[in-house]
Amino acid sequence: MEQKRATELAILANKVRKGAVTAVYSAASGHPGGSLSIADILVYLYYEVMNIDPKNPKMENRDRFVLSKGHTCPALYSVLALKGFFPKEDIKTFRKIDSYLQGHPDMNKVPGVDMSTGSLGQGVSAAGGMALAGKIDDKDYRVYTILGDGELEEGQVWEQAMFAAHYKLDNLTAFIDNNGLQIDGNISDVMNPNPIDKKFEAFGWHVVNADAHDFNSLEKAVNEAKATKGKPTAVILKSLKGKNVSFMENVAAWHGSAPNEEQYNQAMKELDEKIAELEASL
Amino acid sequence: MAKKATRESYGAALAEFGSDERIVVLDADLSKSTKTEMFKKVYPERFFNMGIAEANMMSVAAGLASTGKIVFASTFAMFAAGRAFEQIRNSIGYTKLNVKIGATHAGISVGEDGASHQCLEDIALMRTIPNMVVINPADDIEARLAVKAAIEHNGPVYMRFGRLAVEDVNPTDYKFEIGKGVQLADGNDVTIIATGLMVQMALEAHEMLKKDGISARVINIHTIKPIDKKIITKAAKETGAIVTAEEHSIYGGLGNAVTEVVCENAPCPVKIIGTDRFGKSGKPAELFKEYGLTAENIYKNAKEIVKNK
Repeated sequence: MEQKRATELAILANKVRKGAVTAVYSAASGHPGGSLSIADILVYLYYEVMNIDPKNPKMENRDRFVLSKGHTCPALYSVLALKGFFPKEDIKTFRKIDSYLQGHPDMNKVPGVDMSTGSLGQGVSAAGGMALAGKIDDKDYRVYTILGDGELEEGQVWEQAMFAAHYKLDNLTAFIDNNGLQIDGNISDVMNPNPIDKKFEAFGWHVVNADAHDFNSLEKAVNEAKATKGKPTAVILKSLKGKNVSFMENVAAWHGSAPNEEQYNQAMKELDEKIAELEASL
Repeated sequence: MAKKATRESYGAALAEFGSDERIVVLDADLSKSTKTEMFKKVYPERFFNMGIAEANMMSVAAGLASTGKIVFASTFAMFAAGRAFEQIRNSIGYTKLNVKIGATHAGISVGEDGASHQCLEDIALMRTIPNMVVINPADDIEARLAVKAAIEHNGPVYMRFGRLAVEDVNPTDYKFEIGKGVQLADGNDVTIIATGLMVQMALEAHEMLKKDGISARVINIHTIKPIDKKIITKAAKETGAIVTAEEHSIYGGLGNAVTEVVCENAPCPVKIIGTDRFGKSGKPAELFKEYGLTAENIYKNAKEIVKNK
């Protein structure tokens, strides 16, 4: 990828982060940590990879995206708003009584959301169903899903892992947001899902390890997934929970709590500085 | 007339009405028992075995349906409504996706397999899910038409089928409509409202009561949700006493659905016949007797409720 494009995408990712933190701050609840860790992959998918049309969100042959770790929808809503699926200012209605931006994604309310998620383990299965439908109908759309690494503790994920390999769903790519933290602490302390790559390999998936915050690494992983025939691909994204907001980085407590006004202003300042720095380098 | 289990009717109906290219059938390693294998024989390219993994099956069904498929997901009632309740609630009910859950081997009439496989809670569980239609057919004719109606209905449907062969209670020219109860016998002293295989027992009880000079109305409620409020309210007003009968827990099933309607619209005494304990191994007929799911027990309770009117 050209350096210029990588920088542009990094700017967008930080804008997505700003939107995500703003959503959580406005709602005074939500999940900022895991939203910040998936901002880059969301931007990469929505700006560089997926065949989608914000003016026609239900386009029949669109690529599908399922946020299996549905609690990090502040980042998803943020990227959808940036892409023009709905007005950017609506982000501030997140989790409010009359808002369509539910605490976890609702496919019947939010343009661009392909599956309602939130109950961990179910999104990846639904993504598998979409991929199977693509195979039945001989369509060339692809299905992308993001899971949390804590989510891998759900047994249903491994039922799906068996299924997707069994039916050779090479149109399915699952990204694992491997930030190493879940609500109660380190994933290896709570209920160790490691080694993640070896588990997916053993289940018959093609596995790629990638850097969640490096667009060249993401590009390589997605291209490898597209080129892989006869099996689904799992991309293990080594990521940083709370990425680019200094006091949220790698702190489990920011999994599901909202910043206060001072913290919010600090977060915006840091992200604005990041964006200015990147823009200066263009 | 030859008896037939409604699971057989289910498999046959899937094969009969399965030509619609949108239909996809999933099963969790029980296709020989749920009879989805009958669909598989005709349309192997649209049948997928999901293995013994019901949670994944329900969410995969949702994903398929989101692309425009009409998906039938089948397993035993215990592992559909029971084990995969939350997947059905969140992936199928909340999303209003076009998934039909074909749940077989409901109730104690499963027989020898015993309590672990005898689901007596499914109607209650499925009835609490908004957007869910809950159908419990009484015979072969009704089961076949229920499958057809489920295909035509856009949204989630839970269908409850049995393993035990049952008699036909409906005429061959029967018209099935989701949410519409069927009066099978008229009467003015008491109403027996039954669902599933209890309908045939309700008709037997009607005959027994007739000999005692009691005229009992018999209503088949095949759709427990949305329930036919009109036919129930009318029966409550006109007969003033109701006995319900279901092969299901007395909590949350047909009996409760009927009392909800009656209490709100036309209060009258209601006796709920069902179970409040786990099943066990045995022959279906032996189990029916032990659990009071018999024409005799309906008869006895109807007499009692009429006496106390």
